[in-house]
Amino acid sequence: MRTFGNLVVRGLLVGLFAGLLAGAFAYVTGEPHIDAAIAIEEAGGAAHTHGDSHDTSTEAAPADEEEPLVSRSGQRAGLFLATALYGVALGGIFAVGFTLLRRRLRTTNDSYAALGLAAAGFVGIVLVPFLKYPPNPPAVGDPETITKRTVSYLLTLVIGLLAIWAGVAASRWAARFGEAPWIRLGVGGAALLATVVAAYLVLPAINEVPGSFPATLLWQFRFASLGTQAVLWTLIGFGYAALVDRRVPSKSESEVVAA
Amino acid sequence: MPAPARSVAVPAVSPRLLATALLTVGLLLTLAYLVAFDQGAVSRSGMFLHELMHDGRHLLGVPCH
Ligand SMILES: [Zn+2]
Repeated sequence: MRTFGNLVVRGLLVGLFAGLLAGAFAYVTGEPHIDAAIAIEEAGGAAHTHGDSHDTSTEAAPADEEEPLVSRSGQRAGLFLATALYGVALGGIFAVGFTLLRRRLRTTNDSYAALGLAAAGFVGIVLVPFLKYPPNPPAVGDPETITKRTVSYLLTLVIGLLAIWAGVAASRWAARFGEAPWIRLGVGGAALLATVVAAYLVLPAINEVPGSFPATLLWQFRFASLGTQAVLWTLIGFGYAALVDRRVPSKSESEVVAA
Repeated sequence: MPAPARSVAVPAVSPRLLATALLTVGLLLTLAYLVAFDQGAVSRSGMFLHELMHDGRHLLGVPCH
């Protein structure tokens, strides 16, 4: 038996590690596309201004910006800070989720439980939002709609988790009609997809990419972003699975009932 | 249908554990918020933290300006 604190600290450490490596992946695959997008913006190719200083004035001309708060090289270093802190937060939340949900998962193997939860987290928190609102590089997007875009994004995230829950609930319900895996997987998958599709139809469409923005660059950036999050979740899943694994159940396990 | 207790590495969920868990998640969500969504309103550093973590924000798939 591990204590709550022990379980969470493991999650924080795994998250830090995963976040730093995701940062390295993002640096290699994503930074060139961010630089390219900023170059297009500075050349005046983009329809929307996205000043480095995030000036609230929409009139700010790209040509005569004031000194940016953080230089480009500072932002490249800040990338690692961002992914590391985000990884710590996700890793800790993942560990809490693991602790609360572990006994409801129908596997006796803690490693499989961690991997399954990470897969569910990736689908619900990354894939479902990504498919509805694929991320954009800097220099794309209207500052005026940031609140609407943020709320819509968070809604897709919540709906992604709800869809996972619906899928699991449906697959357990379907299990009473037969032992065959295809029944449970089919019904669970259908419930998950139906939830996601219904939500996609209701949520507002957001398309702010200027027609002049190169589609190849846009999708290269998006895949770099998806890859970064895939690295983050994969490492959280496998890292936590490795740390929580107890191949040899200790004798004290049955003794320490009141923890 | 409780899972077999053997090999399960977590403590049972008690009200006290649940309260600690919610507090922990709240703190961690605040951290995630600071990284991913704060426009300087909470961090009180102006836009410095926002700008510093700007590339990460975009590459983590979060909506930005
Ligand atoms: Zn921004």
